[in-house]
Amino acid sequence: MMGAEFVPLSLTPLLIGICVAVACALPGNFLVLRRQALIGDAISHVVLPGIVVAFLLTGVVATWPMLLGAAGAAIIAVAAIEAIRRLGKIEPGAAMGVVFTTMFAGGVLLLEQSDTSSVHLDVEHALFGNLESLIWLDATGWASLLDPVALAGLPVELPRMAAALLAVAVFIALFWRPLKISTFDEGFAQTMGMRTQPLGLALVIVSAIAAVAAFDAVGSIIVIAMFICPPAAARLMTNRLEHQVAWSVLFAALAAIFGYVIAGYGPLWLGYTSSVSAAGMIATVSGVILAVTAIFGPHRHRGGAAKEA
Amino acid sequence: MNLTLATRDGFIAAEDTRSSSPLAVRGLTVSYGQKPAVFSVDMTVVPGAMTAIIGPNGAGKSTLLKAALGILKPLAGQTTVFGQPVAACRDRIAYVPQRASVDWDFPTRVIDVVLMGLYRQLGLLGRVRGAHRAKALECLSRVGMEDFATRQIGELSGGQQQRVFLARALAQDADLYLLDEPFAGVDAATEKAIIAVLKSLRDTGKTVVAVHHDLSTVAEYFDHVFLINTRRVAEGRVEDVFTEEHLQAAYGGRLAGAQMDQLSGTLG
Repeated sequence: MMGAEFVPLSLTPLLIGICVAVACALPGNFLVLRRQALIGDAISHVVLPGIVVAFLLTGVVATWPMLLGAAGAAIIAVAAIEAIRRLGKIEPGAAMGVVFTTMFAGGVLLLEQSDTSSVHLDVEHALFGNLESLIWLDATGWASLLDPVALAGLPVELPRMAAALLAVAVFIALFWRPLKISTFDEGFAQTMGMRTQPLGLALVIVSAIAAVAAFDAVGSIIVIAMFICPPAAARLMTNRLEHQVAWSVLFAALAAIFGYVIAGYGPLWLGYTSSVSAAGMIATVSGVILAVTAIFGPHRHRGGAAKEA
Repeated sequence: MNLTLATRDGFIAAEDTRSSSPLAVRGLTVSYGQKPAVFSVDMTVVPGAMTAIIGPNGAGKSTLLKAALGILKPLAGQTTVFGQPVAACRDRIAYVPQRASVDWDFPTRVIDVVLMGLYRQLGLLGRVRGAHRAKALECLSRVGMEDFATRQIGELSGGQQQRVFLARALAQDADLYLLDEPFAGVDAATEKAIIAVLKSLRDTGKTVVAVHHDLSTVAEYFDHVFLINTRRVAEGRVEDVFTEEHLQAAYGGRLAGAQMDQLSGTLG
């Protein structure tokens, strides 16, 4: 492969895309099975006002203030969802819908009203991110992977996203059994002494970490898609949770790779001169994978007992 | 088993019975909204016996079990299991929830569900070894489901799903088995298989408590009954307590005369 071009221009966006996709798909498996897939959607929306407020307070687009702002917004959102659910006595989905659309809309208004022209923070960025611009200019070829000077110039999003992926993976590996048992049968899990409510909250927090870390690199669209599409497609491929998670990782990585390549070169192959949004194309590919598994997946039929009911 | 409830034998004797009872509930009150679902209920389960919790729909039967186990947070009341708080006795309790309370489309196999019953042995990261699998298979064979070990749980009939739940409880090797409507929506063969397993548990000294809705089989299946309609109506041996008077008190006018006639052969 032509490393001189591929490594500086495409390697880092691809790796970041894969990290984002897998970090969101892993907790997405449990969110989908718990009928909480909307939570990933909600988180990716509510972080926007948090990031804008952090920018307004500090005046710079920097990692830590934005992460803190996003985390603060996520906490406010979770509290607001709980409050609306309990006070209004309505189902959680409705409470989430009210909170995350309102907060996202507030974030968009705030973003439009504030002067962000000097920095790379605008509505488009919030939706699509800028995966293509996360290039590694210090690299000259594959040899740069072993060159400390060049490595120091890696886009900061790559180690950040890799760390988020690692955190998500460690959490799920460590709490695999309680997550599985409490997702299947919460009452039984409680009688075994599992603290299912803190565990459920921890799952949401881990999902939030993935979403916030991914948001800056790729925007909110890909985050929403990756929480839901790879796990849902994976569910149709197997009847075992262990295999489902493996399939979801594979589908997420495939979506990231093919989405990035098709976005960059697809329009050229078709005779157009410019490429399309990589984040948008990655989300599209994940949707296509879901559609294909929904038609051809081996386990897309419900079991016998469900049909009786 | 000559144990009787000590409610009339004075305070000290009652305390003794409670402290040794596999499941003793005192002043338990649970509310979902304004109206209490369970109000100030006392229950003292007799060891080594099979107890049915019966009462009309919405009488708080399942709620009583869940609140006693801490799955629901009661407004008031205490539960002791073998004289200790529930949290200290997790290894001695096996709970079988209502079959309909879980999503049977969950991606897992029959044997994996039974292995869930070994969680307290396995812990967070302990490896599932051959001995664990052998134990799970043995529990499945006790409910006649060993041939289904690698099936996806969604492929099973309702009765088979209920047996798998019972096998998971057997894997827990508990002393107290609490079952929520174990016979709801199951076929006759499954009902027979389940009651045989429960009776064998009792015969080895275990205590079985089941929420039960079929009055016609109470006398045949159980030794003790606990009648509830939000409040405790009566509790004791089937022959003493499972009477027309108590049933009318628990069910109000909802038990038709014809049903009573059918039951008359089994009433105490």
